[in-house]
Amino acid sequence: MKIMVNGTPQEVTATTLAEALSALGRDGETVATALNEEFVPVGARAATPIAPGDRIEIVAPRQGG
Amino acid sequence: MVSFYGTPVASRLMLGTAQYPSPKVLSEAFRRSGAGIATVSVRREAAAGEGADFWALVRDLGVRLLPNTAGCHSAREAVTTARMARELFDTDWIKLEVIGHADTLQPDPWGLVEAAAILCAEGFKVFPYTTEDLVLAERLLDAGCEVLMPWGAPIGTGLGLANRYGLRALRAQFPDVPLVVDAGLGRPSQAAEAMEMGYDAVLLNTAVAKAEDPAAMAEGFARAVEAGRLGFEAGAMEPRDMAAPSTPLIGKAFLA
Repeated sequence: MKIMVNGTPQEVTATTLAEALSALGRDGETVATALNEEFVPVGARAATPIAPGDRIEIVAPRQGG
Repeated sequence: MVSFYGTPVASRLMLGTAQYPSPKVLSEAFRRSGAGIATVSVRREAAAGEGADFWALVRDLGVRLLPNTAGCHSAREAVTTARMARELFDTDWIKLEVIGHADTLQPDPWGLVEAAAILCAEGFKVFPYTTEDLVLAERLLDAGCEVLMPWGAPIGTGLGLANRYGLRALRAQFPDVPLVVDAGLGRPSQAAEAMEMGYDAVLLNTAVAKAEDPAAMAEGFARAVEAGRLGFEAGAMEPRDMAAPSTPLIGKAFLA
């Protein structure tokens, strides 16, 4: 199905957020995630279903002021 | 020693991690600054694992991390960013920014209070980036904030303390609340002035990162912060208009 990942359309085969991250190779330790603008803790990803058109945000530590 | 949410911090200088010419310069600047707190952010991961190197770098600094919600323009966005930052950096400290004006990056008072209330209720230790507005300050304290971080001047300007009257009034109004001048400082003398006014700490980034020699500037700010704090604790004399000789007149030889 087609989902948005960090604002870019992506095609994935997955039923949960955890599966989607794994399929995208983005399941490292230094990421946090949001689904449709709501934070999803790392422990909840496997139980969080995704649907076509969902918007996933994957963020990482970055420099800041 | 200054404390934030019950945590003592050895240095009254807080330093940002953005805009340095290289990771090596960043580390050297932190070493010479003696800063005890580093601000960091969360941003979209463009490639798998790209945040790992920076994460390792900031952990090696040996300082406490203060993630921010920089760039957020709504309470909802800031709250989600804060929740992601808490998991990512493993800290409940959050520098809360809710920006309301594009040109000045002035905080949105309404969004700031709304987000602060939500985050404080969730157990976050909120460090709100605010203005010198006394009423807004009261609302933020009511929301559960135990620190306030008024701007010196708009972020990245280096203008120093743009509203000395407002900052003095804020300090006088809330003598027991830790207050940090955050943003707008460009030179060590401006940091010293904030500390002389009785501010508990200063937070800066661009002034160090964009200096010709960031590490030297970091040390300059560190010394200025210490000098200003000592000046405050020592209690400065009152200025006067007329000259007053410092050398005693009594006993002067009559030579006219």
